[in-house]
Amino acid sequence: MRVLVVIGVVLLLAGAASADNGKQLFGQYCAKCHGPDAQGQISRSGRGPSMQGVGALAADFYLRTGYMPLQKNGIQPRRTRLLLTQSQIDALVRYVASLGHGPAVPRPHPERGNVSAGMALFRSRCAGCHQIVGQGGYVTDAVPPALGDATPTQIAEAVRLGPYVMPAFTTRALSNRQLDSIIRYVRYAQHPDNRGGWALGNIGPIPEGLVSWFIAGSALLATCLLIGRRIHG
Amino acid sequence: MARHKPDRVVPEGDRNMGAETAAILLLLLAALLCAAFVVVYAVDRIPDQTQFLGLALGLALVCFAAALIVTARRLIVTEELVEEYPPEVHAGEVDLIASAAEEAGSRLSRRRLFKLALLAAGGGLGTAVITPAASFGPLLRVKDYFGTPWTRGRRLVDEDGRPYSASDIEEKDFYTAFAEGVDKEELGSSLVLVRLPKTSLKLPPELQGYDADGIVAYSKICTHAGCAIAMYRVPTFPPDEPHPALVCPCHYSTFDPSTGGTVTFGPAGRPLPMLPLTIDGKGHLRAKGNFNEAVGPSWWGVRNRKPESP
Repeated sequence: MRVLVVIGVVLLLAGAASADNGKQLFGQYCAKCHGPDAQGQISRSGRGPSMQGVGALAADFYLRTGYMPLQKNGIQPRRTRLLLTQSQIDALVRYVASLGHGPAVPRPHPERGNVSAGMALFRSRCAGCHQIVGQGGYVTDAVPPALGDATPTQIAEAVRLGPYVMPAFTTRALSNRQLDSIIRYVRYAQHPDNRGGWALGNIGPIPEGLVSWFIAGSALLATCLLIGRRIHG
Repeated sequence: MARHKPDRVVPEGDRNMGAETAAILLLLLAALLCAAFVVVYAVDRIPDQTQFLGLALGLALVCFAAALIVTARRLIVTEELVEEYPPEVHAGEVDLIASAAEEAGSRLSRRRLFKLALLAAGGGLGTAVITPAASFGPLLRVKDYFGTPWTRGRRLVDEDGRPYSASDIEEKDFYTAFAEGVDKEELGSSLVLVRLPKTSLKLPPELQGYDADGIVAYSKICTHAGCAIAMYRVPTFPPDEPHPALVCPCHYSTFDPSTGGTVTFGPAGRPLPMLPLTIDGKGHLRAKGNFNEAVGPSWWGVRNRKPESP
């Protein structure tokens, strides 16, 4: 019993220490925009939303994709090389989660999803911006990212969060089961079954057709030239 | 009576056994490759099946072509004949006919009037001939383009026909809605629904009251070229991110849902038509009337009439 108590105290202290560490890291990397107490601010020195109640989900997504820390205000966050180590991110996520009752990091189960149902959902809810194979695209004043490097957890987080100008989907709009199907489809689209052999970046039938015509057209032209030369020569 | 055997037209060439064998072998090879194509097609377990199918058929065509080339160049007897053009015998008569045609009209005194009358008759005939083409479609009957299925009280339903409740519509999400009991393919049926914070709504005076508790409904058909408005841009942190916008993926026409669908970017020439909404006793969303403007891609007369209910 005493051993258990000791272990419990040690764990609590360790937890407090890492949250402390998280607070320190927050001051170092995040406070300039999100404010010293993570309450958010809109000032000349920096502008950023409040972290109260955003939960582990948001912190986990923005830090593990490299979206944050942002280079400067007003630009679209993009997937970049991670500036922080995994343990630093863990500490920061715990600190942000401790600020309020926000959503936890989701645990999606893409293996329970259905690829074709996922594709139908992706087509109606996501493909407008991200394109049907998740190659990303454009929307006025923003760039919907390609989903090639997105992990299942990050996809689930992005769907619930709606980072930058993306819509956010609650569990009412998109159940966890539907989300599993979407993730399964995105994973499929990352490594699709290329029956033709040469994928050409999966950018669609028109560019693929153009490439075929280009190759076949060149071959035909070369043949014509050859025949012409032989007739004249 | 023995039938008279006509003389040969083409001279008898030498036999070329080598070329004949080659052509026959190539033809047989082509047949074999075609059989291989059928086999690869039938056996599903073969890896890289698509590539082998292409290879088999491609090689079969190459062999067939090679056989035809060998046949044409080595086996068919060739003969070259030269025939001279006949000398030009009617050189003067051409000029004669030209001047005859010129002088034949000398009896006409009102030449210009005659030409005009000729033109009128020709034009009239041409018009008469193409007039029945009007039966092909509503070239001049544009009334159909102004019809929409929306009437006061018609409910908004989702893709599966379930009615939307106002409480279903959440901020930062976007929804596609259709007119209840109407073909979803109908141009005026589909809507895009979003909920905006009521404080951010800045509807112009003529569109006041079109929203229902911050929910706004616009035609999903872009006013530029008629694509579906499939993108909704909605900021997470509004002070630093682009304003909410409905965007068409075809040519990036961008519409502001908070100001009545006005165009903020792109080639669209007029705002998205807005449908007035109301919430009934059960909380369901219903139309309060028809769109403020005609639905669909723009054309010369699109602003002339208001949309018409069935």
